[in-house]
Amino acid sequence: MTNLNTLTLADARDALRKGDVTSQEITESCLNAIDGADKLNAFSHKTADIAREQAKAADIRIQAGDAPAMCGLPIGIKDLFATKGTPTQAASRILEGFKPEYESTVSGKLQDAGAVMLGKLNMDEFAMGSSNETSVYGNAVNPWKIDDRDLTPGGSSGGSAAAVAADLCLAATGTDTGGSIRQPAAFTGTVGIKPTYGRCSRWGIVAFASSLDQAGPMTKTVRDSAIMLEAMCGYDAKDSTSAELAVPNFEAMLTGDIKGKKIGIPKEYRIDGVPEEISKLWDQGAEMLKDAGAEIVDVSLPHTKYALPAYYVIAPAEASSNLARYDGVRYGHRAGLAENEGITEMYEKTRAEGFGSEVQRRVMIGTYVLSAGFYDAYYNRARKVRTLIKQDFENVFAQGVDAILTPATPSAAFGLGEMSNSDPIQMYLNDVFTVTLNLAGLPGVALPAGLTKDGLPLGLQLIGKPWEEGDLLNIAHSLEERTGFVSKPQKWW
Amino acid sequence: MSIDVDTARRVAKLARIRVEDEALPALAEEFNAVLGLIEQLSEVDVEGVEPMTSVTPQRLKRRIDAVTDGDQPEKVLSNAPDAREGFFAVPNVVE
Repeated sequence: MTNLNTLTLADARDALRKGDVTSQEITESCLNAIDGADKLNAFSHKTADIAREQAKAADIRIQAGDAPAMCGLPIGIKDLFATKGTPTQAASRILEGFKPEYESTVSGKLQDAGAVMLGKLNMDEFAMGSSNETSVYGNAVNPWKIDDRDLTPGGSSGGSAAAVAADLCLAATGTDTGGSIRQPAAFTGTVGIKPTYGRCSRWGIVAFASSLDQAGPMTKTVRDSAIMLEAMCGYDAKDSTSAELAVPNFEAMLTGDIKGKKIGIPKEYRIDGVPEEISKLWDQGAEMLKDAGAEIVDVSLPHTKYALPAYYVIAPAEASSNLARYDGVRYGHRAGLAENEGITEMYEKTRAEGFGSEVQRRVMIGTYVLSAGFYDAYYNRARKVRTLIKQDFENVFAQGVDAILTPATPSAAFGLGEMSNSDPIQMYLNDVFTVTLNLAGLPGVALPAGLTKDGLPLGLQLIGKPWEEGDLLNIAHSLEERTGFVSKPQKWW
Repeated sequence: MSIDVDTARRVAKLARIRVEDEALPALAEEFNAVLGLIEQLSEVDVEGVEPMTSVTPQRLKRRIDAVTDGDQPEKVLSNAPDAREGFFAVPNVVE
């Protein structure tokens, strides 16, 4: 068997259990693929030694008949997850040299389930970005290519998306604060789900905006997302917002039967400037769900246009607070000081040297909206609008709607560097369809649904009810079967 | 509402991020672009709306106020840029 790195989680798991392959063979295949893909800059730290050791241990477990779902499956871990003894930098200079003494709950759960860690994955600095261009490691590059330009894999989980799309790993972890799993998934023809807020423990994940951050899987298929999500989520006493709910067997819920499901199409998501081919794909997606037996209904989410403005108050406000801990005292980078400089200069110089420009901008915006005199006008108002955005969704679900179908992104992947001269707002618009869910705490899945006329992948997004990831994945699975998306990027790297 | 150079300087100071004087005008301009976006919130009627404190309805759990961890100063200090005699070391705070 060749090209074991191209297997899905489900196929690899089944082959491992049958004894057709070993984890060590699949792992070697991935390690080879990773070494041959430096041009993609998807991995920030390769952990081949750890991977080989874990694969060996997994093979012993499998032989002994003790093989949980993820056992022996090689994956990549986004650099935002603290991994014990392995560099964890959140793609920032300010965490240079940081090696956690602890393991994040989510990566620890995956490890306990037998998953093999191939390395840490590139991302936007502190997950702030939509193109993976704010990383201290440099840009991650999309394996999809249509001319001589290098394209963005999206962000912030750009390394995760590039690695999965290029078959460097079977799957990867991502995190999503405003679209950071779903937008890169859409840009790379992969699948990504952001679960309901509280499903996955945030403990040990470098915090960006704590009321919005959620971890989730990035995979090749919807089935793989179901398998991996189950291994990632569950109650954790170390995260006070973690939900004390049983974790369903998501894979078992992929029946493909969606007869009678009500799918909402929100009119507010038809926005100006979105290419015709994306609107068309959206219509086709709705048609396919109808063919599968679902009922398509028009719905309204009237506060949609205020989601981005509310997000760009709430997320920077929380970031300015969360990132206050990077002061050069306990870990990471500390600036050199002149003779007469004291602790305030140490803070200011450390943070100026350690944070990149986008992170600095967001921390300062957050500081501004929280400062005396502006707190009510900006921060409190944004939290009220957030309440209204959540109520919009509650009203739609109260009408019996089971899930909502939207485009995942307002465009296909763009060229690296193409947005560098525009103001920051142009980049923020990438998240216009995804950010609403983070504000409302809802689960959302992005899956590939077609190609642009130039041949780049485009994604659709399905939004589900709180805690109904199983139902949501089943609907996504049914849509996936009908889109029949099988395109892969041609290897050029 | 518009941010001028003085406000940008003040915000940078509050955020403890050193910004050189010559970089302040561009920073103020970027702030204003973002403020232009968030100013749209003023169009929304929020009369009587509760500001969201928790996106999920559940009440934050309480735990017993007890020590659950500790006795690992080496691990706590292992990543410090400067640690001495079991402490984080920093420049003089008071003379």
